[in-house]
Amino acid sequence: MENKKHILDFTLKQKLLLGDNYALLKLSPNKGELPPCEPGQFAQVLVPGSKNTFLRRPISICYTEPNENLLWLLVRRAGEGTAALCDLCEGSKLNIMLPLGHGFTLHRDGTMLLVGGGVGVAPLLMLGKVLKEQGTQPQFLLGARSKGDLLLIDKFTELGEVHITTDDGSAGVHGVVTKHPVLTGGNIAHIACCGPMPMMRAVAALARRQGIDCEVSLENLMACGMGACLCCVEDTADAGNVCVCTEGPVFNINRLKWQI
Amino acid sequence: MANLSVNIGNLQLKNPVMTASGTFGYGEEFADLIDLNQLGGIIVKGTTRMPRQGNPYPRMVETPSGMLNAVGLQNKGVDYFVEHIYPRICDLDTAIIVNVSGSTIDDYVAVCERLNPLDKVAAVEINISCPNVKQGGMTFGTTCTGAQSVVSACRKAYDGTMIVKLTPNVTDVTEIARAAQEAGADALSLTNTFLGMAIDVERQVPCLSTITGGLSGPCIRPIAVRMVWQVAKAVNIPVIGLGGIMNGRDALEFILAGATAVQFGTANFVDPQATIKAIGYINDYLDRHGLDSVNQLIGALKT
Repeated sequence: MENKKHILDFTLKQKLLLGDNYALLKLSPNKGELPPCEPGQFAQVLVPGSKNTFLRRPISICYTEPNENLLWLLVRRAGEGTAALCDLCEGSKLNIMLPLGHGFTLHRDGTMLLVGGGVGVAPLLMLGKVLKEQGTQPQFLLGARSKGDLLLIDKFTELGEVHITTDDGSAGVHGVVTKHPVLTGGNIAHIACCGPMPMMRAVAALARRQGIDCEVSLENLMACGMGACLCCVEDTADAGNVCVCTEGPVFNINRLKWQI
Repeated sequence: MANLSVNIGNLQLKNPVMTASGTFGYGEEFADLIDLNQLGGIIVKGTTRMPRQGNPYPRMVETPSGMLNAVGLQNKGVDYFVEHIYPRICDLDTAIIVNVSGSTIDDYVAVCERLNPLDKVAAVEINISCPNVKQGGMTFGTTCTGAQSVVSACRKAYDGTMIVKLTPNVTDVTEIARAAQEAGADALSLTNTFLGMAIDVERQVPCLSTITGGLSGPCIRPIAVRMVWQVAKAVNIPVIGLGGIMNGRDALEFILAGATAVQFGTANFVDPQATIKAIGYINDYLDRHGLDSVNQLIGALKT
């Protein structure tokens, strides 16, 4: 997955607002083809015209449509930078560096469960697509606060079986993702997880107890996104502090020193 | 094409644009995006005698027009640099300068001794200005005697060009600059980051694991320009300017204030191609102003 980094100007072709807090941006490079991206890799997006932000925003690659030359980014309105991205008009220009980091392992044997929460579902869409294309049928476990916060469910349903939990019980199983019986049913060989840190820790703990292979995607605060600033470090069992941007963002939980 | 080459002591740079230590890795990280051979120089990550794990996460926070960091000199140590990294980067057609850091004078000397025989290391930059380590670092750079003791010890251990990187976190930076010059520095680089602090108000905790950190980015540029201007008048060795340079125009501010060369730091995080664009900008500027050489601009500020 050592694919070459690029800095490219993109045009926002289509924007879909999802609920109050999310925007799906479909972007096309102004010149040439979208570089090959792996599921779980990310992009560093320069926020155009923002007076109050300075650094690029790291955003998961949600999906690519190579035939349409389109990159999908799912953005949550978290702070000023991501709010500015969510408020962009179609036709806006964006400078994006991609693809960055190392993505999820593409397992061919055993059932793979893709567990996502909130905006963390983003990279699982592309992962599901690639798994399906290689002939591995993925299953999804997607969690949200409420029914209205479930994102891209139609797209996930096209790719595999979808299990849902909501905190308020308005859809699927009532509660957090670790309450869902699919996680403890004994049929899962591999988990790929992306979501809020408490959710990933809970999923990692459950996976470890059951001996399920598990990868998580971290979102440590970073500046450069390319291994130069050494800000986004995570402590690992084998190599001490490593950069999440270059060694990750996806890590097998066995590398991490999480107390789970 | 104007002449962009400048001299730092005995070292000739093909142009005045370098990358600042700790913001550009070992250059290799940027090789997909720019031609490293076009740079005037690459100042590699701060290197210490022994490997260092650096400070705990979180190490950075964005601030208005800048960022705070508290990396704490994470690096694999000078032996690893010499054995593994140097062979990979020594054939680049740009000046490879190693930033040297330490907790004790002996640490600095040991790193200088290890680097001294390497003929493709163009210079060392003695870092007496890191604000993010408990021992050494900036504590040496905040007093004249501290600066002198480190610089004179390194001078004995290193035969090539020796740059001394100064901290802005002092009352009068010209005193420290003069002390470093007297102790044998061939050039000075300034400024390192400004000591700062940011607080997560909702959680009522510091944003950084170390509470305080080093502020960089365009928010510090006017202060850095002022300090470079003061120091350039106070010493007779070359000054290398840095602090919030984002583009060629910003670089020229430092050169007009008296800097012979400049370093791009935080800019590399925002636009990894900023250095290359700036070299083109400076060349165009010289043509536009009818100048043959960038040396005509050094300290050319009209007051």
